[in-house]
Amino acid sequence: MNALSLSNLRKTYNNGFEALKGIDLDVEAGDFFALLGPNGAGKSTAIGIISSLINATSGSVSIFGHDLRRDRDRAKNCIGLVPQEVNFNQFETVESILLNQAGYYGVPRKLALQRTEKCLRQMDLWDKRDTVSRRLSGGMKRRVMIARAMVHDPKLLILDEPTAGVDIEIRRSMWNLMREVNAQGTTIILTTHYLEEAESLCRNIAIIDQGRIVEHSDMKSLLARLNVDHFLLDLEAPIAAAPLIDGVQIERASDRVLNVGVPKAIGLNQLFSRLSEEGIKVISLRNKSNRLEQLFLDLIEANAPGEER
Amino acid sequence: MNYGIAFRTLVAKEVHRFFRIWPQTLLPPAITTALYFLIFGKLIGGRIGSVNGASYIDYIVPGIILMSVISHSYANVVSSFYSTKFQRHIEELLVAPVPNWVILGGYVAGGIVRGLAVGIVVALIALIFAVINVHNAAICLAIALLTATLFSLAGFINAVFAESFDDISIIPNFILTPLSYLGGVFFSVDMLDGVWRTIAMGNPILYMVNAFRYGMIGVTDVDIALAFEMTGGFIVLLTGFSLYLLRKGVGIKN
Repeated sequence: MNALSLSNLRKTYNNGFEALKGIDLDVEAGDFFALLGPNGAGKSTAIGIISSLINATSGSVSIFGHDLRRDRDRAKNCIGLVPQEVNFNQFETVESILLNQAGYYGVPRKLALQRTEKCLRQMDLWDKRDTVSRRLSGGMKRRVMIARAMVHDPKLLILDEPTAGVDIEIRRSMWNLMREVNAQGTTIILTTHYLEEAESLCRNIAIIDQGRIVEHSDMKSLLARLNVDHFLLDLEAPIAAAPLIDGVQIERASDRVLNVGVPKAIGLNQLFSRLSEEGIKVISLRNKSNRLEQLFLDLIEANAPGEER
Repeated sequence: MNYGIAFRTLVAKEVHRFFRIWPQTLLPPAITTALYFLIFGKLIGGRIGSVNGASYIDYIVPGIILMSVISHSYANVVSSFYSTKFQRHIEELLVAPVPNWVILGGYVAGGIVRGLAVGIVVALIALIFAVINVHNAAICLAIALLTATLFSLAGFINAVFAESFDDISIIPNFILTPLSYLGGVFFSVDMLDGVWRTIAMGNPILYMVNAFRYGMIGVTDVDIALAFEMTGGFIVLLTGFSLYLLRKGVGIKN
């Protein structure tokens, strides 16, 4: 069963801007799905429509088989949303934010108290339950929003850039948390600008650009399409000019650093042999960008208007 | 889907909100109206004598109570719903399966509770300055409830259209307060002549104040049945308009 199905979804804003140009998308139940795209591509509009914050111009949204227009309550009950920006009442305590949200979903008080405790413990926020939310750190506020989104036990959790602006340690702990939630059977749709995050967490991916889905596949086959890997090589001794090696793009980034693009057909062993023959000794190697980032840029570039290609 | 739980949650949140900030919501009307009663009722009113057979302080007490109900039911909903929009926690309600009538009902109920709570506070203050013998408690309660409902709805509509904090103070300052003062709180409409009387008779607040005054002291300038019909009619009209705005997502959805 599909957790989410979008069919010919269109959105034109009042100012005439066409944010979605008829997108079709299916996300399987249980999936950890990445929805990526550059700023202004239509991701937030799509998520806004799915979570009833934006009215679609046309098209349909189905959540676990429930049409969002015709079977609104059941469809909405399946969704938990973690928005990009903090949107809870900053004058309320952490516990009351969750209890209120449970109440809006019709969860009886006794059950709401149990679920609130469970979600706050899972997010490591139980000790903060009586704290007024504006006194929390940025990372804690993000976790409050995840806890709030989960308090009615949704089958589909939508995370709109949940780790934006949080430090690496918190980001890693949130990744573990998301993996745990997904492992328990909750379908997750993630939008993020950290492509490393999507590569590490998600099994399937869609890339949206200029209101259209330009890529929709599983992460492995998408990454397999990448035929050039980019590295930075740290050299033992300074060099005056980049060596010329057939089939490999090499630029001199500085005296002791080379920027190389290595086709999979050539491979690193062959590159190192050739560099060795040129008398260049490599002491370490770094990924220039993550693989998904490269693919993302390629796809977005390919989708750019003709005159800019 | 149990909408009752969502409704109770919303009302409890709203009531808790204004009780939590009682120095801003309940204390000021107590002080302001105590001064009204002292200055207009005791000091100046003592020299005015009677109006329509009632002592001046007895005459103004009902109007001041209802004026407080009007301004605080309006203020509660306009400030709370606008803050909800401004801080974007309206999204908590929009994402959840909460129908529009529950959203409207929850905010309006919060406004009614605050309006009536302030009305009770003002009535208690009035007891210090005047002897209140209620003529018809049912009429008092009914018109107070309807008035609080009507102005909660009006506050809701103001909040829906408001795009800044200035927008939520314009109507209370420039429309609501003048209409309340000209709504027969401090005078009988019989004191006016010609065009002023015609203008005053076009002010809906005049009918509510007089109906409430009739309930409290048995004195009125207008037909009580007309006051109820007018208030009820406006409630139906504003409820329909509010639900239309919510359905269209005006001010809250893109």
